[in-house]
Amino acid sequence: MDSTTLNTSFMEKIDADLNIEPKDSMPEKYRTHLIRQISQHAHSEVIGMQPEGNWITRAPSLRAKQILLAKIQDEGGHGLYLYSAAETLGISREEMVEQLQSGKAKYSNIFNYPVLTWADIGAIGWLVDGAAIVNQVSLQRTSYGPYARAMFRICKEESFHQRQGYEIMANMMSGTPDQRQMAQDAMNRWWWPSLMMFGPHDSDSPRSGDAFTWKIKRKSNDELRQKFIDKTVQQAEVIGLSIPDADLAWNEERQCYDHGEINWEEFKRVINGNGPCNKQRIDHHINYHNEGAWVREAAEAYKNQLQEFK
Amino acid sequence: MTKQEALYTYTLRLGDNALIQGHRLSEWCSRGPILEEDLALTNLALDQIGRAQAFLKYAAHIEGQGKTEDDLAYKRGEREFYNNLITELPIGDFAYTIAKQLLISAFEFYQFSELSKSSDETIAGISAKALKEVRYHLVHAQDWCYRLGKGTPVSHKKLQQAFRELWMYTGELFEMDEIDQLLMQDGTAIDLMSLRPDWLNLVGSILADSTIVLPADTYMQTGSRKGIHTEYLGHLLSEVQYLQRAYPDATW
Repeated sequence: MDSTTLNTSFMEKIDADLNIEPKDSMPEKYRTHLIRQISQHAHSEVIGMQPEGNWITRAPSLRAKQILLAKIQDEGGHGLYLYSAAETLGISREEMVEQLQSGKAKYSNIFNYPVLTWADIGAIGWLVDGAAIVNQVSLQRTSYGPYARAMFRICKEESFHQRQGYEIMANMMSGTPDQRQMAQDAMNRWWWPSLMMFGPHDSDSPRSGDAFTWKIKRKSNDELRQKFIDKTVQQAEVIGLSIPDADLAWNEERQCYDHGEINWEEFKRVINGNGPCNKQRIDHHINYHNEGAWVREAAEAYKNQLQEFK
Repeated sequence: MTKQEALYTYTLRLGDNALIQGHRLSEWCSRGPILEEDLALTNLALDQIGRAQAFLKYAAHIEGQGKTEDDLAYKRGEREFYNNLITELPIGDFAYTIAKQLLISAFEFYQFSELSKSSDETIAGISAKALKEVRYHLVHAQDWCYRLGKGTPVSHKKLQQAFRELWMYTGELFEMDEIDQLLMQDGTAIDLMSLRPDWLNLVGSILADSTIVLPADTYMQTGSRKGIHTEYLGHLLSEVQYLQRAYPDATW
C-alpha cells in the first residue's frame, strides 16, 4: 500500500469519526504524536505519585490516609493503562522510562511544584485533578481507540479524586483560622500553575494543527482552560476561597469569566527544568528505579528458570 | 484488672499492629522496584489501615470515654502503643520488606483463622474480613520469597540476610500475658503459643522452597506487651501524629 492510499483510508476513518486501532495503518507522524502524548500522560501519573506520596505518612486521620492511599494507587494504575496504550504503538515501557529519565519525555509541569501543607493535598485533588478531568473528558473522544478507552476508565476515578480534594478544602475552610489560612495559601500557590496545565494560548500552540486534523485533540487549550475556570470559580466561592487574580471578572457578553495574564515566563522556565522540584522528582525516580534493579533482575531470572523447567 | 480493661488493651494490640505495619508499607509509595509493586504494597497498606480503623474504633467503644479511632491513633504516646516490634522496624530494602511481610502474614493467617471464631462478635467479624485479605498478603510475600530466594545470588543473599536479622523479632508474636489468660476464659482471646508450630512449619516450608535457611532460635526481642519499643517507633509516631499534635483544635 503506498502512502497516499494509506493516508486516504486513515483519513476516511478519521472523517467518519471511527477509532483508529493498533493494527490499522496510520501515518508515522500520527504514531509519534500519540506516543509522545500518551507517554507524557503516563509519566505524569507516575511522577504525580511523589508529591502526593509526600503526605501519606502525615495524613491527619485514618480515613484521610486511606483516601489518599487509594487515590495514589489509582494514579499508579492510570500510569499502567497508559503505558500499555502507548505500547500498542510500538514502544516499550523500558524505552518510555528511559526517555523520562533522560529528559527527552516530559511529564505534567504541575508536579514540579512542592506540596507543602495538608491543604496542598486538597488543592491538588480539587484543582489539579479538576483541570486534568476537563482535558481527559475531551480526550474520551480522541481518535486512537486504546487511548480513548483508557480515558473512560480514568475519568471515572478522577472525578472521585476531585471530590475528595474539594472535601479537604471545604473542611479546612469551615475549620480553625489556621486551617482557613492554610487552605487559602494553597489556593494562592496552586491556582496559576493549574491554569498553565492546559498549555500555551491557542495562538501560541505549535502542535495543535495536526492534532486537530487527526482528531487526537477535540478542543483547544483556551477552550478547555475557560471551561475549568468557569466551573472552579463558583466552587471556590461556595466555600469562601478567593481566587488570586485581581483581573478575574464575569464577562456578561461572553457568558464566562475573563482572567488575568498567565505568567508564561514562569511556565517556560519550569518546563525547561528550572522549577522548584524538577531535579528532585527525576532524581527520585532514577534513584528508586536503580535501587530496584536487583529485584527486577531476580524476577526475570526466576521467570527464566521456570520456563526452562517447563 | 477488669475484663473491660483487658479487652481494651487486647483490641489495641490488634489495632496497633495493623496501624504500624500499614504505615511502614505506605512508605513504599513511589519507591517500589516496579510500578506494579508500588500498587501491590499500597494495597497491602490500605488493608492494614482499614483493619486498624476497625479495631481502634472498637477499642474506643470499649474504653467508653467518647474517643474516636483517630484519637487512639493520633493522640497516644509511644509508651501506650502495643504493636509487635517487628511492625515498627524501618522498611529496609525490598527483601527486608518481603521477609517481614512473610513472617507477619504467616502469623496473621493463623491468628485471624482462630480469632474469626472468637466469642467476641466484633473481634470475630473484623478477623474474618482480615483473614480474606491476609491470604492474599501471604501469597504475595511467598511468591516474592521464591523469586528473590532463587532469582540471583544478589537477591538470595539479601533475602537470607533479612530473615536472619528479623528472626529475633518473631518470638514476640506468640507472647502471652495475664490479659490473654483472662480473655481466653470465655473464648474472646486465642492461645497464641499454640499457633507457633503451624507457623514454623509454614514459614519453614516456604523458606525451604526459596532455598533460604531457616534461622536458628537464639535471643528473642521483647517489650511491646508492656509498651516498651524500639527507638524507631517514636520517630514514626512523630510523623503520623504531626498535624493532630500541631493543631489540636482542628478537625480534618
